[in-house]
Parts: sequence; structure tokens; C-alpha cells
Amino acid sequence: MLKVEKTQPVAFSSALLAKCDEIISRYPVGKQKSALLPILHFVQAEFGWTSVPAMDKVAEILEIEPIEVYEVASFYSMYFLQPKGKYVLEVCRTGPCCLVGAEKIMTHIENKLGVKEGEVTEDGLFSWRGVECLAACGYAPVLQIGPEYTFYENLTEQSVDTLINDLRNK
Amino acid sequence: MGRKLLLEHINVPGINTLEVYRQKGGYRAVEKALKTLTPDEVVEEVKKSGLRGRGGAGFPTGMKWSFLAKPEGVPRYLVCNADESEPGTFKDRYLMTYIPHALIEGMIVSSFALGANTSYIYVRGEMMPQIRILEKAIAEAKAAGLLGKNILGTGYDLELYVQPGGGAYICGEETALLESLEGKRGNPRIKPPFPAIAGLYGCPTVVNNVESIAAVVPIINDGGDEYAKIGIGRSTGTKLISASGNLVKPGVYEIELGLPVEEFIFSDEYCGGIANGKRLKATVAGGSSVPILPANLTLKYANGDARLMSYESLSEGGFATGTMLGSGGFIAFDEDQCIVRNTWNFSRFYHHESCGQCSPCREGTGWLEKVLHRLEYGHGKMSDIDLLVDVAKKIEGNTICPLGDAAAWPVASAIRHFRDEFEWHVKEPKKSQESNYGLANYAVPIEKVAVEEVKSQNS
Repeated sequence: MLKVEKTQPVAFSSALLAKCDEIISRYPVGKQKSALLPILHFVQAEFGWTSVPAMDKVAEILEIEPIEVYEVASFYSMYFLQPKGKYVLEVCRTGPCCLVGAEKIMTHIENKLGVKEGEVTEDGLFSWRGVECLAACGYAPVLQIGPEYTFYENLTEQSVDTLINDLRNK
Repeated sequence: MGRKLLLEHINVPGINTLEVYRQKGGYRAVEKALKTLTPDEVVEEVKKSGLRGRGGAGFPTGMKWSFLAKPEGVPRYLVCNADESEPGTFKDRYLMTYIPHALIEGMIVSSFALGANTSYIYVRGEMMPQIRILEKAIAEAKAAGLLGKNILGTGYDLELYVQPGGGAYICGEETALLESLEGKRGNPRIKPPFPAIAGLYGCPTVVNNVESIAAVVPIINDGGDEYAKIGIGRSTGTKLISASGNLVKPGVYEIELGLPVEEFIFSDEYCGGIANGKRLKATVAGGSSVPILPANLTLKYANGDARLMSYESLSEGGFATGTMLGSGGFIAFDEDQCIVRNTWNFSRFYHHESCGQCSPCREGTGWLEKVLHRLEYGHGKMSDIDLLVDVAKKIEGNTICPLGDAAAWPVASAIRHFRDEFEWHVKEPKKSQESNYGLANYAVPIEKVAVEEVKSQNS
């Protein structure tokens, strides 16, 4: 659900704008809207989430209506329309992962971080959520962390503890 | 030991680089196709090979190519479908991670065959590491004159780009993928017109799965006739199988189509049997959308003959006693797995992934999830079981795209084969929370009579 948050206007760095231009050059003239999904990924990597002012700026860059950006950002599951922790642990919760213990891993993460699915820890470092099949079923259970979408495979409660501690000390 | 066409060199150190890939014979197919064959001759070889779409539908690739409209002055596009999201399937991720040039080479040859000068690889957004691997491989190929203007001095131009998705299973459906590539929500289009006539930006477009495109390389190297000699009947060539669930050695395996299912599950060359010394209860042979089968029907037909890993053999018996090869996502369930819980899990997945365009799917997948949830958590009624069958029937065939069918089939098949386990959840609401129904008689060879009863119920 798209909820408008009161946020400060965002400033796109010249590096970010250059990346947008490069992406737009990949499509035929007049078809620059194709760059929308890639650019939203850049925006989220830069700002940590996809805010309304950021989406408005994307609309301006692509010369499309803001609603065309909102409807896309709210359709796809990867774009966060609310602020999240610095590290969002996304655990696969679909069938094959559950056959080898994904549900236990999610419970463990919930207890370890002390926040419910989708919430942010007090220090602002972590969020977690269950996501649908990540196409890594042979290495289950798995989780990923954006914006690089690094994969952590064959999870155990111990390996999750190590991962969270490492991220905390980073 | 089966022949390997795609993964032959997968363990060679550095095979992800252009240099090593070329040392192992890589980009021979580009040289051969661009320098010695016409585009039509490439299409002809692919037709002869009998290659069938490796994404799940199994439609002959050469035939799909031959439908491409070629109006004067209109660009044509090849789009690779790397939106791998079917639960149980992870072969494309594997191929792109370890041997990205196999896909790039296939894209060059296939784009040449179709007369495309701009092609896109649409990769699901979660696979950012793979996107980076592909972009690096594309840069290497471009520096070596294998992409860009005037490739290898042949006068053929091709620009190849990688496009990330945004996290949506539905974008694996080819028209939803094209919508997404145009920067829109992934709502499947009404067909006709098919993409071969009006696809990306309204231009003629072919959408092929990663593995299908990679398979074009050995087909051009060895000839379509040679490729067609591998496999069995109309299931030619090799297939990547993603094996997951309760197996000793889950992972990606390249098999020659026609391998007995029993050998695939239990031999040490492949999955090595069921993990932790347990017994096999059931399998989903081709990704979560295909019907689930109990162990006995997985290994053998109702008449007792061995079942093979091929398009025809896996679907032998129709939906009464068979399933489908699908995407080759092979999920094994051991004796302690709960079929009701797994069916609920899959239904939640389809509910989450329904794009919401068609009412039967948007509403029906939600009902399936809710009713299965109450059965799994001990609040179900006996009539819920037939209610599920009824809802599934009303979704199936009534939607624009196959997601509706994909949501209905797992539920219908689970009830068809494991009805006693669903009933046990109603009769024993407490016990079903604390323990498992177990193996029951699913591994016992099926009596012929019993199967005929099932058939008549479903007819």
C-alpha cells in the first residue's frame, strides 16, 4: 500500500543522474520509460528506500506522470515504500525452503532481532521479512540482503547468528 | 554417465571468463553461424534439433522462431527470459553464475537467426550478482568484437543489454515480462496478438528461456540432427534439472532426457537418495505449478512401467496419475513432510504473486490460501476439501495467463492423491498440529483397480 510519508525533498547526485542517463540510452528513442525499474533500483540503493519525492524525481527524469512510477513501485515486491533498517534480511519462505527448515530460521531471526516482520530495530540497523521463492532451492534455506542482494545459503541458526553479529560490528 | 552439452566445462577454473571459455571451444557457434550460415539456416537447425522451450511450457523453439513476423523497416527483438521464479527452479541462476558466456553466445546466434539488432536479457531483480556477472561478460565479448557493430567483420550488428526485474513471479509469463521491460506493472496481455506479431514496443518479438538459448550453442556446433539423437522420442537433448527438498545431494544436474526417475532420485551420480535415511513420500517434478505425485506414481506408471524424465513420460496418465516436466524443478518430500502444509504454502505463494487482473485468480487464490490455512491449523471442516476442489476448478482455464492454472493444479492434485491426509487434519485437529500423517501407503505400489477409480472420478 502506498502511504505518503512526509520526507525531505531528495537530491540526486550527479553520479546517480549519470547512471540514469546511461540506462535510458539502452532503449529506442521515446521508450525511456523502460528505464523505470532499473532506475528505481538505483534510487533504493542510494536512499535505502523508495520515497514519494524520489519517485517524483524519477518521473521528471523519465518525462512520465508520477502515478506511472507509483503504480510500478507498488506492484513489485523489491521496492520498499517505507523506510527499512540498513540491512534487510529477506528470508525465502516458499515450499522447498520450508522443507528444510526456513520457518525455524525466520522464528530465530525474529527472536534474535526482537522485531516483528517488516519492523526496524531500535538502532536502525535491521529489518527482516519473508519473501517468495528466490530461485536457490538447492541451497535452502536461503536469505538475501540488498542493495547488493548478497546470498547466504544453507542457513543454520548458528550461521544466522554469525551473520547478524558480523553486520552489527561492521 | 549422460552426455553434458551445457555444463561440460562447468568445473573448469575461470570458465566464467571469455579467455577460458574460448579455450574450451566457446564462441565457435558464433563464428559458424555468422560466417557460414544464413539466418534461415540457423532456424532450420534449431527446428531439426527438436529443442523444446526449457522454461516450462515445452513449446518447440524452432517453431516459435518461425512464427516471427518480418515486416519491412520494423525492428525485431529477442528477449531472454531470465526471470527464474518458479518455486523449485534454480538452473538459470546456476548457468548464469558459472558459465555466463554460454548465454551470451546463445543470444548472439539466436539474435542473428531472428534478425534482431537489439536484444535484452530480463533477469529477476533479486539476482543482482548474476546481473553483474552478465554485464561483465557482455563487456568482455564486446571488447573482443563479438558484440556491437560489424561482429567479426560479418556486417552483423548486435547490442545486448541486461534488464533487472522488480520482484514479481508473474513477469516470467512472456507478455507480463514485456510489459515490465516497457516499464509497466507486470500484467499479462490478452493474446492474440502473440509477441511474434506484436511484442516489445509493439514490434515482432521472441521471448526464450535462458536454457533454451544456451542450448542453441551445441545445436549449431554439432548440428540439429546430432542434438536430436540425444534423448527419447519428442523429448530431445539434455535438460537441466534443479533438484531440491529432502535429497542427499540437491543441486543442478544436466540429464539426457529419458533418464529413469528412480535413477535420478536414488543413484549416486545424481541426487543420491532421500536425506537422513528417510523414505520418499511425494515429488513435484517440474516446479510448484505441476501436479504433486505420491512416491509410487513418481517412479512408475499406474501399470507398473518405469517413469522416465521426459516431457511425455512425466505426463503419462494425464492429471489422474501423471504430472509434467515443466521447468525441471524437481522437489522431493520425505516421509515427515505434511502435504496440507506444503499445499497451503504454495497457495499463499500464488495468492501473493497473482497480478490481480482476472477475478477468478485474484479472488480464488486468496480463498484457496484461507481454506488451506484453516485446514492446516486445525479449524477445517470436511466440506472444505470439496470446496477447495470447486474453487480450483473455477480458477482453472478462466484467466488471461496460466498463473490461474498454476495455482489450481497443486491444490487439485494434492487432494486427488492425498485426500486421506486432508481428512485426517479435519478428524484430528489437535494431533495434526503436533505430529505428521506420515508415509501412509503412498510408497506402496498402486493397485490397478484403485487407479481406475481415480480416473473415473476425475473424468
